[in-house]
Amino acid sequence: MAEFDHQLKEYGRVVHSWGTSRLGVRIDWMLLLLLLTLMATGIAILHSASGQQFVYVKRQLVFMAVGLVAMLIVAQVPPRFLERWAFVLYYIGLALLVGVIFFGVGAKGAQRWLDLGFFRFQPSELLKIGVPLMLSAYMGKRLLPPRFKHVMAALLIIITPAVLVGMQPDLGTGLLIFAAGGFVLFLAGLSLRYLSAALVVALTATPLFWFYLLRDYQKLRIITLLDPQSDKLGAGWNIIQATTAIGAGGLTGKGWLSGTQSQLNFLPESHTDFIIAVLSEEFGFVGVMLLLLLYLLIIMRGIFISLRAQSMFGRLAAGSITLTFFFYIFVNLGMVSGILPIVGIPLPMVSYGGTAIVSLLLGFGVLMAISTERKRMGQ
Amino acid sequence: MRDYRTLKNTHWEARLYAVRIGVAVLAVLIMLGGLVWRYYDLQINRHQDFVTQADNNRIHVRAIPPARGLVFDRNGVLLADNRPGFTLSIVIERSENIDKLLAELDQLLDLDEAEIERFNKFAQQRRPYESVPLRDKLSEQEQSILAVNEYRLDGVEISAQLIRHYPLADQLAHVVGYTGKINERELRILNSKQYAGIHTIGKTGLEKYYETDLLGEVGYEHVETNARGRVMRVLERIDPVPGENLHLYLDSRLQEIAMAALGEERGAVVAIETETGGVLALASTPSFDPNLFVTGISHKNYDALVNSPERPLFDRASRGQYPPGSTVKPVFGLAALDSGIISPSYTVYDPGFYQLDNKKHKYRDWKRGGHGSRIDIHKAIEQSCDTFFYTIGFKAGIDRLHDYGELFGFGVTSGIDLPGEARGIMPSKDWKHGVQGVAWYPGDTVNVSIGQGFMLATPIQLAVATSRLATRGLVKSPRLVIANENSELTDDNEAHDNEVIDNKILQIGSKHWQVITDAMVGVVHNVRGTASRAVTGLDYKMAGKTGTAQVVGIKQNEKYDAKKMVKLQLDHALFIAFAPADNPRIAVAVIVENGEHGSSTAAPVARNLIDAYLQFYPPPEVEESG
Repeated sequence: MAEFDHQLKEYGRVVHSWGTSRLGVRIDWMLLLLLLTLMATGIAILHSASGQQFVYVKRQLVFMAVGLVAMLIVAQVPPRFLERWAFVLYYIGLALLVGVIFFGVGAKGAQRWLDLGFFRFQPSELLKIGVPLMLSAYMGKRLLPPRFKHVMAALLIIITPAVLVGMQPDLGTGLLIFAAGGFVLFLAGLSLRYLSAALVVALTATPLFWFYLLRDYQKLRIITLLDPQSDKLGAGWNIIQATTAIGAGGLTGKGWLSGTQSQLNFLPESHTDFIIAVLSEEFGFVGVMLLLLLYLLIIMRGIFISLRAQSMFGRLAAGSITLTFFFYIFVNLGMVSGILPIVGIPLPMVSYGGTAIVSLLLGFGVLMAISTERKRMGQ
Repeated sequence: MRDYRTLKNTHWEARLYAVRIGVAVLAVLIMLGGLVWRYYDLQINRHQDFVTQADNNRIHVRAIPPARGLVFDRNGVLLADNRPGFTLSIVIERSENIDKLLAELDQLLDLDEAEIERFNKFAQQRRPYESVPLRDKLSEQEQSILAVNEYRLDGVEISAQLIRHYPLADQLAHVVGYTGKINERELRILNSKQYAGIHTIGKTGLEKYYETDLLGEVGYEHVETNARGRVMRVLERIDPVPGENLHLYLDSRLQEIAMAALGEERGAVVAIETETGGVLALASTPSFDPNLFVTGISHKNYDALVNSPERPLFDRASRGQYPPGSTVKPVFGLAALDSGIISPSYTVYDPGFYQLDNKKHKYRDWKRGGHGSRIDIHKAIEQSCDTFFYTIGFKAGIDRLHDYGELFGFGVTSGIDLPGEARGIMPSKDWKHGVQGVAWYPGDTVNVSIGQGFMLATPIQLAVATSRLATRGLVKSPRLVIANENSELTDDNEAHDNEVIDNKILQIGSKHWQVITDAMVGVVHNVRGTASRAVTGLDYKMAGKTGTAQVVGIKQNEKYDAKKMVKLQLDHALFIAFAPADNPRIAVAVIVENGEHGSSTAAPVARNLIDAYLQFYPPPEVEESG
């Protein structure tokens, strides 16, 4: 966590150096309001989930502040500018990703960071936003629905970074990158033939994947998903404790700070990936539904923005960013409740962690930029 | 397949996008629906299951062992108490790798095999999250070693426990007994709920006999623990109920006097308060320190105790069976008088032996040359004339001897509140036929009539018989524990005050009793009495009877020569007595194994004890005048 912290402080400094925003700030107020509500909710849950240690809440607030500033800055950038220079972001990201393989530093058996001397940097984060932007720009210029060679090119754009990240190994981020790119392709009108072909390829590739690509711990996660009781105190522990916490919450929950599973540390990773279990235990089904409603409103706003976008690039980028946001939610809630394998995907804006918050807010910055483009044109 | 469009049609693309995003929104809604269903299922449908599961996670029931009942003597001297000691135990569920943990503890504390073996045994039987003891009575050094290393010893618990302690150690080892670790066999039988958190059980003596009373009731504590097993708070507590305290008739001062009087000899002393049947002293030597057993005795100590030829673990008082020898003479004399076979004036000529009609075999009197002519019952008891008793015993017949013997408690368990009391043998024709499958011979009767042959009695039985002689037929089972109206003790043996015996013994005429009592007074106070030289200078009247029990058979015409025999072949010395003779309050039986003569070795022991008793408990009128 310490290097992460450090990384973020540096992030903040870089962002500040760009700092001076123009007058007449462009903001999607509706989106901002929804996001702030979500963040407030997130902080309340994090306070409980982190065992009332203010240090996590304090840091999270810093991350959010940094993220918000970054979001507002990106919101000021004209989408056309983003469209033109997206490829730079992408290639830099890719280059850094390759750099990670040779010069990267790792933690817990995964090599994800690039130590730039003055701060540590996770290039995969750059690609979470770089891939959808690059691909949206690429597709935006093509005739839609995309032709075969363009689809192939798009796949190359997606798969290269996704595989590089997945092999670090960072399955969660790899999946997010893949999803973000995939959403662009789908929204761009990828023909159903390609979709079904992809499905067939995916199915036939599954055994190969299982035997050659997945690491043992990843296989274990899938096995435990199917049968958590097979290893009660080991890999299955997380799922068992999480579903127990969720189920014990009932309709209205045990009350804030009163969840026994989370407060007595039975729930692992309660303040990061598994934080939804804390919410579920303490606020019950009602709490989960209200949170989902809030998420749904944000998603609807994102889709609304994408539909009003002035260019195909805008539409695709906004659509992809919104659907990726949903992807986070779905995978996280699915894995914690035991219907999806455990991949390290946090609950957006609620889970503790600066990287996800900043990169999500950067995405929302792009959404805001797209959202406000029309107004500028209208003036 | 060529695409007919060559220019970008933005409107068409916008519609394409709208359709696609519409599909995506539909997918999003369906997937959200899936999540909603999943959470609904977990939180509403299966809510109760998960509540239970979450409670099982955090709530644990801990047994709180009760304090074992204390044991006091009649004056409130503590004979068994509980002392705090520190025990190292392990909650296996909280240790990540139990083998590794044990290996580490072995390095720190040098565990021995027996400890690990015992640990594994308990570990198999425990309930989840119950701590399993590994080592008791941690020294201060061990405690500090553990404290220093605690951080890396997950699952290790050091708890203060009450450990049984016997302040008088070997003085009362056979009476109070001891508690010890519950063994495998006991573990199978025991109600594990009753013994939750308890690792010891009464093994011998009163500790065993009154186990259910001493035990108490286990208390429970529902505690909330966190994932690491630390107790966060106590949710509910049911206090344990301490075990019943036992108050004994026994006087530890008399016990110590009895033990000291036996000294290095092997033997037993039983003293009974005649009025109540209360046991004043119950000594068996050699003894041992019961404290050794409490937390598990070491192999070395155990082997030493078990293999000792002196058999210190053997309770001679309740389990030792000896030929009573001449100490039965008052009883058989009374039998002859009461059944009308002889009168007080009946006499016998004693040439030094007795012969059955038409038989060559000579039953010898202990006194070579005999006691002479005109031996009546008084002299026969006073001087312990064997020939007299050979004669009247044969006249009475074995079944009559048997019946009267039983009235005085021979051949029946006394019913004392101790486990495993021996029964002795009061032979009869039926008995011999049943046990040996052989007919009864007249010669058998002759042997039994002086307390030899097949007859065997425990020191407790001798004391009981003496007490009945003293009280002229008051039948009381000997008791160690004073019954307390506030508590109902589990006393299985209480039914022994048999009414049939009661009535029969009470029908014995008082003049017969008087004859016997006078003769027994003569044993001690008359110059010719067999105990008169050993017991002198009494300021009260004592009635007694000496006895000598043969250990090895003496061949015909062979003289018993003590000098030629090794110690273990020497006769056992016995002495029974009650005092004061006119108003008896204490009855004593003494046996000294291989002590040769009842008069010289056993009588002084009884005398010391009776002296002390009368000094500690003077009769009421003496108290008033003095």
